[in-house]
Amino acid sequence: MGTLSLATRTARRPPGPDPQTSPAVRAKRRRTRVRILLFLSPWIVGFTVFLAYPLVMTLWLSFTNSDMISSPHFVGLRNYRYMFSDDPQIWQAVRNTGWLMAVMVPAQVLFALGVAMVTARLKAGAGLFRTLFYLPALAPPVAATVAFVCLFNPSSGPVNKILGLLGVHGPLWFDSPVWSKPALTMLTLWGSGTMMVIFLAALLDVPAELYEAAELDGTNPLQRFRYVTLPTISPVVLFATVTAVIAALQYFTQAMVASQTADGSIQAPPGYPGGSTLTFSQQLYTAGFTQFHMGYACALAVVLFIVAMVFTVALLRRASGFNTEEATQ
Amino acid sequence: MSIHRHSFIRRHRPAVPARAPRRRLAAFVLAPMLALAAAGCSAGGSGSPAEADVGADDTTPVTITFWHGLSSTHEVAAVNAVLAKFHQKYPYITVQAVSGQTDDKVNQAIRGGTAPDVASSFNAANVGGWCASGAFQDLSADIAADHVDMSQIPQAVQSYTAFDGKRCTMPWLADTFGLYYNKKLFAAAGITAPPKTMTELTADAEKLTAFNPDGSIKTAGFMPYLGTYQMVTEHLVTSWGGKWLKPDGTSNVASDQAFAAALTWQKNLVDWFGAGKLAKFKAGLGDEMSAQNAFETGNVAMMVDGEWRTAFIKSDKSDVDYGTAPMPVADDKPELYGSGYVGGNVIGIPKGSKHPAAAWKLVKFLTTDTDAVASFADAIGNVPTTIAALDSPELTLAQDPNFATFLEVFKNPATSTTPASPDGGAYLTNFGPFAEKWQNGQVPDLQAGLAEVDKQNDAALKLSQ
Repeated sequence: MGTLSLATRTARRPPGPDPQTSPAVRAKRRRTRVRILLFLSPWIVGFTVFLAYPLVMTLWLSFTNSDMISSPHFVGLRNYRYMFSDDPQIWQAVRNTGWLMAVMVPAQVLFALGVAMVTARLKAGAGLFRTLFYLPALAPPVAATVAFVCLFNPSSGPVNKILGLLGVHGPLWFDSPVWSKPALTMLTLWGSGTMMVIFLAALLDVPAELYEAAELDGTNPLQRFRYVTLPTISPVVLFATVTAVIAALQYFTQAMVASQTADGSIQAPPGYPGGSTLTFSQQLYTAGFTQFHMGYACALAVVLFIVAMVFTVALLRRASGFNTEEATQ
Repeated sequence: MSIHRHSFIRRHRPAVPARAPRRRLAAFVLAPMLALAAAGCSAGGSGSPAEADVGADDTTPVTITFWHGLSSTHEVAAVNAVLAKFHQKYPYITVQAVSGQTDDKVNQAIRGGTAPDVASSFNAANVGGWCASGAFQDLSADIAADHVDMSQIPQAVQSYTAFDGKRCTMPWLADTFGLYYNKKLFAAAGITAPPKTMTELTADAEKLTAFNPDGSIKTAGFMPYLGTYQMVTEHLVTSWGGKWLKPDGTSNVASDQAFAAALTWQKNLVDWFGAGKLAKFKAGLGDEMSAQNAFETGNVAMMVDGEWRTAFIKSDKSDVDYGTAPMPVADDKPELYGSGYVGGNVIGIPKGSKHPAAAWKLVKFLTTDTDAVASFADAIGNVPTTIAALDSPELTLAQDPNFATFLEVFKNPATSTTPASPDGGAYLTNFGPFAEKWQNGQVPDLQAGLAEVDKQNDAALKLSQ
């Protein structure tokens, strides 16, 4: 009966435009859409100009021979073929960047966590020590790197002089292919104050009653760290690791400045000494900005982007401590 | 929770009207991207060739911008002095000079369509890239229209300021290289004259070297370690007459025996010192462009360097008693003695120059006016790049015997340079790491290593085609 009534009502409707799509409704919808777009426009402009457009152009240019001065022309996969089979420096750059990710990132995370744990427990002078450990993060990277190279100068720097007094024959540091990356790692550790502050905030946020309960259960400090501290701060550890991995993939300024300062001449070969500080980003810069191979530099940037994405996704998936419930929500 | 909310919205959203805003949003995002793509793929500016100065001068007052890399006080003052002379000659052209500019900045300005009217560079290796890409305008029409006599510019200098038939830059003074030697240390070691052959250089270097009790180097007779100041392969291999590229632009380092011979000589001397000791000694040397330069302080007895060092020694008030000579040459190439390496500053009109006719007048004046070239060379202690300026009585530098050596090297017909390539001299960038490995003993087979460098250079060259 109900169905019949509905059919009758439909049949009786006067001919003409559906009231749902009448000009007045359409105009109202249009106004609504325009309003929405206007509200969205700051984001749209920012997203388009600073993210989407550069990304799309980078992808396109990676398939071209471009010097960014004359018009680019399509060369297919040539830039990618050159990267994987002919570029004499690329594998060295990949190895160096891989070393930074495998050694420098864990060292930095562990060091910042360790310092944060110590300063979190300090009873007296906590503010002073937290400030002291954070301060190096404020130093401009170029100035900090130049200062480090001077401090570690094997001939005239104070580090080797002090080591000499202790009877240790100091290495060549920034002038040695073996020691240049460990020296850069020390520079990174010295400047990891920002990461330390993030860990400190997370550590101070761990509920004290959890520690009390664990102590009542008879746990030792190591167990309390493993079963109370770590699960609580694990999202912050994950965040710190992901950002440190991305920073290592893009490592540029310190490596560039250290190699030029240590070599001391204008014609420093990239990655001095012995290509040991040549990173992927430096290779990209050299190709694009000094050798007029912007198309090839874009291909390197695309690969770097994909690798960064893969590492980020893998880290997010592998992070067992990350709150799985929150992740699915 | 949010997953469910999203599912609910998706199920109940009316299909047809929803698409329109999505399409519109996409259009809203894509439209500016397309506009950017259309505008941003290549540099701005007209790209038309510079207007020729045909004599019928347009004297409408105009202001042009000029970027150069000179930055120290005496150099900037010298630029301003020569620009004042230009303004005197062309009162309707005012030049706004911007000092301390780098090639990267010039490239970015050209790419962004905000290039200056005139730009100069210290790095002639970029000329190939600039000419090939059109980043700097071809000046041939202006040169022909104004009947500029190019024969007044030595051949080697002409070759590094043009590429592939395109003359997109002009030489604005040059740098030549030779041997600096410490007369006091020479006398103490009983050496009476600077070495003329590489064997003599080795013998003198060994005599002049002194070690500390711990075995480290106190004074180096000569620093054979590549990468020390101006001791780089391109300055060394001219002593064997090495040619980096074949006429077709492909790499020549394995075919030309000069490279293997030069590197073998260099490695033998490195091994005499010990590579580790040299690396440590190098790390402790003072900054090259300062009064702590190891030659100026007497820690290095002989070194290869450019003519500018004579001016630095004066301005640093160094008390080093020194002499200059052409670089020693290979024992079997005595005919090369007197020649050397030449490189230099270049100047041109970038793509997008708003006043190319006035810009050309400035370029022509700075690079071919004898008085302008000679007085500027005098002021900053570089080698003038025209024969007329070299022979000009106004060039007071020529009266200094230490500087005169470099003028003679510059005039020598066997003096050579590193050729321009479309990739900004990538063959040199590739050679640097190889040379480093070589001197540290990480290249077991030199000839095979050089052949590999050839392969790498040729593959890199193809990227530009």
